[in-house]
Amino acid sequence: MFAFTVWLSATIMFAIPQLAPGDPVSAMVTRLTQQAGFVEGSAGMIEAWRERFGLDDPLLIQYAQYLKNMLTFDYGYSLSQFPVEVETMIADAIPWTIGLLTIATIISFIAGTVVGALMAWRRSPALLRLLLPLTLTFTAIPFFILGMLLIYLFVFGLEIFPVAGGYDSTAMPGFNVDFIASVIEHGTLPALSIVIGSMGFWALGMRGMMITIEGEDYLTLAQAKGLNPLRILFRYQIRNAILPQFTALMLSFGHIVGGTVLVEYIFGYPGTGSLLFRALSNSDFTVTQGIVFILILTTAAAVLVVDLIYPLLDPRITYERSST
Amino acid sequence: MTLTVQQTVAPAETTPRRPRSPWRNTKLMVGTLMVLVIVLIGVLGPLFWDTRLSAAASSPLNLPPFWEAGGSSDHPLGTENSGRDMLALVISGAPATLRIGLIVGVISIVIGIVLGFSAGYLGGRIDSVIRTLADTALTIPALAILIVISSYVREIGIATMAFIVALFAWAGPTRLIRAQVLSMRELGYVRMARLSGASTVDIMFKEMMPNLLPYLAAAFVGATSGGILAAVGLESLGLGPQRIPTLGMTIYNALQSSAILRGMWWWWGLPTVILVVIFVGLFLISTGLDEVANPRLRGRR
Repeated sequence: MFAFTVWLSATIMFAIPQLAPGDPVSAMVTRLTQQAGFVEGSAGMIEAWRERFGLDDPLLIQYAQYLKNMLTFDYGYSLSQFPVEVETMIADAIPWTIGLLTIATIISFIAGTVVGALMAWRRSPALLRLLLPLTLTFTAIPFFILGMLLIYLFVFGLEIFPVAGGYDSTAMPGFNVDFIASVIEHGTLPALSIVIGSMGFWALGMRGMMITIEGEDYLTLAQAKGLNPLRILFRYQIRNAILPQFTALMLSFGHIVGGTVLVEYIFGYPGTGSLLFRALSNSDFTVTQGIVFILILTTAAAVLVVDLIYPLLDPRITYERSST
Repeated sequence: MTLTVQQTVAPAETTPRRPRSPWRNTKLMVGTLMVLVIVLIGVLGPLFWDTRLSAAASSPLNLPPFWEAGGSSDHPLGTENSGRDMLALVISGAPATLRIGLIVGVISIVIGIVLGFSAGYLGGRIDSVIRTLADTALTIPALAILIVISSYVREIGIATMAFIVALFAWAGPTRLIRAQVLSMRELGYVRMARLSGASTVDIMFKEMMPNLLPYLAAAFVGATSGGILAAVGLESLGLGPQRIPTLGMTIYNALQSSAILRGMWWWWGLPTVILVVIFVGLFLISTGLDEVANPRLRGRR
């Protein structure tokens, strides 16, 4: 599944530019010409670059070369900031994205699951029941729109959070208190928009599952034994209802990653989203392609990880064929 | 989707003694109403307001709405920094957004019905192929690939945009329909139809499909909403249609001129409000439909 996802998306990304007219090299030279007015020997330059990129080779060889480059993380040079290699640019940006994504997803998954469980729980206080459906409504709103509202509220209105970026320019990057505090301060709003925007999704799924298992024999038995209701909730109800949530988590990684790209762009967060946007406005195809491939790889890897820990969560599932 | 609702609500009203039809669901009705309001803005708006004012340099720059200091009644919702009238932008942007969503929804539900029914009912190798494809398409960060595609396609129009987005939107409906067909395949009436020699196509579309109607409607609404989400995302990155003033393009322009921090809330806020109404409306319709289809989800009161 992992390999298939990566291969399929890489192939789509290779195929699309083939269908579109023009090639990146002449596009880049045109852009240089526009900037400098006139570039000496631009025809020769196109020739040389075409050869460097192997654009004159048969399609199949280009495809093989492309796949090899993608898999060995060799994305060539940035077209807009020429001597910089794409790998370096991505390597600078990716920790920010993965950090933001991981923390926001974990918080929203846990919070949403608990909220959903409480929504379906018979003993939840009435006030809680009234408030909870509100969180659901936020699921409908895209992350980046929530992000804009948060910026308006907290940055423009209340002025309690910094405008943009990933850390204060005064803080020295590294393992020191200033820097970490600054990173947290800058990361709060982006993370919050992802959490608010996705929490309801987990809550909705959890509520559905909780209602589905309601009235199962093992719950009746647990109640009849006089177990503590909280113990029943956590050990009997949530434990059984949570499993489909992990499947949902796997299937929504792609959606969350896509949303995060836009959130980073809105907040000017130094992750891959902002890099991607800059690459797009400069028609920097090598950087765009590299980032998108890395994002796909990250998503596929996350799915793989959840897939692998699944048997630990649900003892009924094994990957040995003999048991089924 | 509104048609379905009205058709089934009508008989319930003529026979008041019968138990309330599950289609008279509050969420479903509120959601439909919200989407209808947006549709009306798009349909009736051009009759009352000149949408040509959505072109750049057609109005004075940076006017606030009329109730704020400096606003004028010539441009009741204000203007932005290249002289576009906000009211005209909203009137012409809202239907464009809905149209993209509708095209994506129709394409995905048709593909979803064909693939979902084949996978769920026929099973076997067809099922594993379709399921793998759908799961893969779901896990791929579609927006990322859409960005690459749209950055290559210059001069994109609304229809092209919708087709590109639909490339990834069919997987959700397919998965949902497959799961429902699978759970229905061995039910009594289906076996009965099979025993009486009905053809596979007849069983799929004449026997099973009517029973799946609420699920199909929910899947359609979900795909529509997903399509709008992706389209607006692309537009906000500056990758959407350039000739038609879309809501996402307005947000892109607002972000590029940091309208939020300049306090020009009407510039980014108005398209945002319209989008939020659309998204929440569609969301309510789809949860309403879920409750119609699955009575256990209805709240206990």
